[in-house]
Amino acid sequence: MSQDNIKVLIAKPGLDGHDRGAKVIARGLKEAGMEVVYTGLRQTPEQIVKAAVQEDVDVIGLSILSGAHGELFPVIMDKLTESGRNDVLVLAGGTIPDDDHQKLKDIGIREIFKPGTSIAKIVDFIRQEMDE
Amino acid sequence: MDELRDYYQNWLEDQLKPTVDNFGSRQEEFSTASDIELKALYTPLDTEEIDYLDKLNFPGQQPFTRGVYPTMYRSRLWTMRQYAGFGTARETNKRYRYLLDQGQTGLSVAFDLPTQIGYDSDHDLARGEVGRVGVAVDTLADMETLFDQIPLERVSTSMTINSPAAVLLAMYVAVAEKQGVERKSLAGTVQNDILKEYIARGTYIFPPEPSLKLVTDIFEFCSQELPRWNSISISGYHIREAGSDAVQELAFTLANGIEYVKSALNIGLEVDDFAPRLSFFFNAQMNFFEEIAKFRAARRLWAEIMRDRFQAQKEKSCMLRFHTQTAGAALTAQQPENNIIRVAYQALAAALGGTQSLHTNSFDEALGLPTEKSVKIALRTQQVLAEETGIADVIDPLGGSYLIEKLTEELVARARDYLEKVEELGGMAEAIKAGFVQREIQETAYEMQRDIEEEREIVVGVNKYQEEDREIEDILKVDPELEKSQLRGLEEVRSHRDDRRVAEHLEAIRAAAQQEENLMYPILEAVRDYVSVGEICGVLREEFGEYQAHHF
Repeated sequence: MSQDNIKVLIAKPGLDGHDRGAKVIARGLKEAGMEVVYTGLRQTPEQIVKAAVQEDVDVIGLSILSGAHGELFPVIMDKLTESGRNDVLVLAGGTIPDDDHQKLKDIGIREIFKPGTSIAKIVDFIRQEMDE
Repeated sequence: MDELRDYYQNWLEDQLKPTVDNFGSRQEEFSTASDIELKALYTPLDTEEIDYLDKLNFPGQQPFTRGVYPTMYRSRLWTMRQYAGFGTARETNKRYRYLLDQGQTGLSVAFDLPTQIGYDSDHDLARGEVGRVGVAVDTLADMETLFDQIPLERVSTSMTINSPAAVLLAMYVAVAEKQGVERKSLAGTVQNDILKEYIARGTYIFPPEPSLKLVTDIFEFCSQELPRWNSISISGYHIREAGSDAVQELAFTLANGIEYVKSALNIGLEVDDFAPRLSFFFNAQMNFFEEIAKFRAARRLWAEIMRDRFQAQKEKSCMLRFHTQTAGAALTAQQPENNIIRVAYQALAAALGGTQSLHTNSFDEALGLPTEKSVKIALRTQQVLAEETGIADVIDPLGGSYLIEKLTEELVARARDYLEKVEELGGMAEAIKAGFVQREIQETAYEMQRDIEEEREIVVGVNKYQEEDREIEDILKVDPELEKSQLRGLEEVRSHRDDRRVAEHLEAIRAAAQQEENLMYPILEAVRDYVSVGEICGVLREEFGEYQAHHF
């Protein structure tokens, strides 16, 4: 895939209102040349998958700080598969304890970025994955 | 002063400049986190324009720059108040009693997100969220458990609740009734600050107009019924966490305060009836001197606003009393133990800034919920500061520092510029609708991220002195069984209520909403009969509609 037209959905599942990170990442990815759609707060798994399908995105970035990732991420991954879009690269960030990371990777979330991760690192990661 | 000016010039040219030429300077320019340029040295020349009695005055005297009380911490230390709550009311009650046993002096309730957004634990959207970031409260039964064996006449309780603040405050009053505690002896705070939810924190329900009406209903209720209760905590904390700088935190918080005062005057309240119970909440970030100056500037600006703009007569109406929390956004996931040190410096800034109460963050909070051990370290950090360092022994000990006074002036001036811009847009409610405030904060947040990535700002362990990432396993996990137990409890309460009474209460609330009567009274009646947060907010959702956020 050409690097120029990577399309990303930045999504806020769960009920928490912390979207500083989501917005900063959204802007950073835009400035790196990607097309970015931000869902806004309090999105259900259904809404997120629907938006991803409608917008035909290559990447979904899930930002969550409420602690509900263990409950909501599997639903999102299932619904993506149901929609025939398990090719989408799914990444996550927020407050996600270290010992939850493997479980999330096991259901298909490619990488979990911790607080303090640079935008540059995320951009590189997405580009690399898109190249493969 | 002229002589001093000459000496200063000589020092600059003959000593400072050649030395810098020789040894260099770490940076081309130095500035605070809000981009206020810093000179190498501050002298009496920087403060000669500052009229002591007018701009600083004595502690307990307007404009309260040096503190709101004449004795400050010589009489009583700040209240050590750790924000806590998770799982069910039973778990949280245990944590509260543990914290009180450890010497904590006030409670601070963290509610879970469904409660904060007005959904009961069995709502579809509550899936996975019950008891996660705070305690789940559906009905009065949960609130009774939460404060079981805690004497409400002897603790002060702060509740971080905004959109449904009226419901949770009513429940607190109802619990006090059951404990046989008089309303007049209840001390505490409801956050009740809806405007910052739209711009920073995100737990809004209703649109601004009916929300502001709910806010002022609480002002009125408190002024009539709860003389020791803070009817609002006007919060800059979350504005800062959302990425603002210190000047924006200061300006937007006070602008929100102005909007609330205007709203209260609009429904016919007298300024001196409600203003003494307004309280504030600020962030303590890393830029040490700027933070101290920010707290001092906030006091001075608020006193001037209340006196000059709103003609408040009572001294108390002009006092900015505030809670402080150390900066969550400054906590790093990398080398988390370093956060203990960050929190200590931030706590020091808050105390030197004259805070009335303080929450110190736990070092592991970038990773998840804090453990009992990390919370204890955080509390001990305050105790060491208060009991061992001597910083609480003199009032406003940095007052008179050329730098601190100059920075205080500078923050006042810059905040005033912002306040003027907000006025031009028609006040804070309008500025928020137009997206001005959100855009300003987002812009700063992005610049800050760039500064860190391009290493203009250093964060130890993140972009300097990095180490191999280690996995941290000791994180408090909320047992998923707690969600089930909460649901069972709710079902139990529902099955024992008089359904006809519940329906009548909800209709009374609907009628009060339609007729724009004070909602506190019918809500208090309803919670006594175990009508739930979700049921009450559900009726209000039908009447008021829901706020739809725009992205700017």
